[in-house]
Amino acid sequence: MDPFDWGVIARSMDFLAAGMALSALLVVVATLGGVVGGAGLAALRRSPRRFLSAPAAGYVGVMRSVPLVLVLFWFYFLVPLAIGRPIGALTSALVAFVLFEAAFYCEIIRAGIANVRRGQSQAAAATGLRPWQALRLVILPQALRAMVPVLLNQIIIVFQDTSLVYVVALRDFMTSASVIASRDGRPIEMYTLVAVVYFAICFVGSYALQRRRKLNYR
Amino acid sequence: MILLEDVHKSYGRTPVLRGCSTNIDAGEVVVVCGPSGSGKSTLIKCINGLEPFDRGRIFVGGTSVGDRATDLPALRARVGMVFQHFELYPHMTALENVSLAQIHVRRRRRAEADRRSEELLVRVGLADKLRSRPAELSGGQQQRVSIARALAMDPEAMLFDEPTSALDPEMVTEVLEVMQALAQDGMTMMVTHEMGFAQRVADRVLFMDHGEILEDTDKAHFFAAPVTERARQFLSKVLRH
Amino acid sequence: MNYQWDWGVLLREPYAGWLISGIGWTLLVSAGSWVVALAAGLLIGVARGLPNRLIRLAARCYVELFRNVPPLAQLFLWYFVFPEIVPKAVGLWIKRDMPEPELVTAVVAIGLFGGARVAEQVRAGIDAVGRHLLPAALATGLRPVQAYRLVLLPVGLRAIVGPLTSEFLVIFKMSSISLTIGVMDLTAESRHIENYTFHGFEAFAVATAVYLVLGLLISAAMSALDRRLRPAAIPT
Repeated sequence: MDPFDWGVIARSMDFLAAGMALSALLVVVATLGGVVGGAGLAALRRSPRRFLSAPAAGYVGVMRSVPLVLVLFWFYFLVPLAIGRPIGALTSALVAFVLFEAAFYCEIIRAGIANVRRGQSQAAAATGLRPWQALRLVILPQALRAMVPVLLNQIIIVFQDTSLVYVVALRDFMTSASVIASRDGRPIEMYTLVAVVYFAICFVGSYALQRRRKLNYR
Repeated sequence: MILLEDVHKSYGRTPVLRGCSTNIDAGEVVVVCGPSGSGKSTLIKCINGLEPFDRGRIFVGGTSVGDRATDLPALRARVGMVFQHFELYPHMTALENVSLAQIHVRRRRRAEADRRSEELLVRVGLADKLRSRPAELSGGQQQRVSIARALAMDPEAMLFDEPTSALDPEMVTEVLEVMQALAQDGMTMMVTHEMGFAQRVADRVLFMDHGEILEDTDKAHFFAAPVTERARQFLSKVLRH
Repeated sequence: MNYQWDWGVLLREPYAGWLISGIGWTLLVSAGSWVVALAAGLLIGVARGLPNRLIRLAARCYVELFRNVPPLAQLFLWYFVFPEIVPKAVGLWIKRDMPEPELVTAVVAIGLFGGARVAEQVRAGIDAVGRHLLPAALATGLRPVQAYRLVLLPVGLRAIVGPLTSEFLVIFKMSSISLTIGVMDLTAESRHIENYTFHGFEAFAVATAVYLVLGLLISAAMSALDRRLRPAAIPT
């Protein structure tokens, strides 16, 4: 068996860095798009009009029940078809991620709003505030405060999710590493690197979040 | 001022209010008592439309609460409510809590609202707590802020839902004193649960059990000789200590 | 959009057979992973609450490790790296003689990943129960080990059937990553059909529907289980 060749990492640094940049792009777009989409979905789900809330609920239910891999395949197939011309894996993947994560962000936002004490909306109403005033001035500020740690934690989850673009051969960090692993015949070194890098980023991220949370609970 | 006519309400198949009728005149102080689950909180929350009711009519200052055409937020601006769990807005200071509705419902300018809020907070004895957040206040202080918050809307009547039930015993007095002062100033008040307050300050006492109003007499008659057996049992249990 | 619909293609052989086979592999991977996850999760979850500091630390390391590395990376580590770093004979056996190497690897990888998540649920359940019941149990003279075995564990585990449902669903969906090492699960077969027939919409739609239905069935089964066990759990 060949001895380990850790130099392969140094030699492929540029390629890996490009992969990591793509991973970062995926995370940023998925998060921003997901939060905006999720907020919209949450608003729809809270609507008393069933023709608005039911499809939104259905959408969220489906997205949360189906593997991300399948969603990636769906949009890799669907997006070029819908646009009418071939499109790169990146665009399909971005669309897939935004639409997928929106469902999860929707549930986080809904839970945040629902977790505000029921008495708060009653108290606001009792002083004559209208429903949307109560939402804006009393409920949402409290809900956001509660949601922020969960939203931030979701970013770490999204970051891990982006590794799945492997299945559509998009060259993010994970896929780039696996390309080198098979090209140079160095799976041990590359996959160990992948594990270490993801671990470092996610662990530090979660730890920072936990500390921030503890600091807030003076 | 507040008129209830044959009010019925059910949660699903469980009846919670069965044909409640009573009338509260301007300036009257009425206490509603009864065992837990008798419907007292539900009844008081129907009066300002926080809880819907199924049958019957409720009028507040001539406005029908159950009427679909009624602008409920406008009605609620005329009636103040104080909750068992205070329900102060945790992300605002005491002053901001009291000013919020003045600014956004009565459309007062912030400076004017804050002046009025300060006045009220001084009146309930919290002059030095204007900039404090609810988390920094004791239960009794929070409840007094919540009374100020309700008074800030210059209400025609005040509803109190078990105002001291969630307080430690040593803080009950400070809240009851504020309520007593309000009563002496001529405020129309409906209060649930406060037996001591009833004995000292109330004009009338209503006794509820299983969703019905079983007794509706003036204070003296209620405490001396309640008519119904259930009221007698309740009184004997409650007044033991 | 220039698309020819043909839902019938899914009923024709060999495509129908592919779908059935895919469903079978998905269920196999999920069930296997669930068993591993439950076993590992129980062990680690309990270990995280034990008095011995070293055991607690080891359990904490397990959880942090398996939660902060993406499941796909874990799968690749087990598949590509693990056989190379164990003693030569073991590695050889894994690569040559072990039956269904892809399935086993997927089950181990996804199972241990899920185990970390289950461990957290177990720990939360025991903690929540323990706060109320442990003092009471100890006050009647039970020793900590007895209190744990007779009171905390049975009640704590019943209390988390609900949260465990969502973990099981996560594992169920995660089974799809096994396609990267060659397991032809439902997702893989739907893509397989798309490659051959270009009727991707139908293929993916059916796969979506199957995941939905199976997911609902799993939730319903866990709900029924939760209801049967509920009376023994304390309200938290």
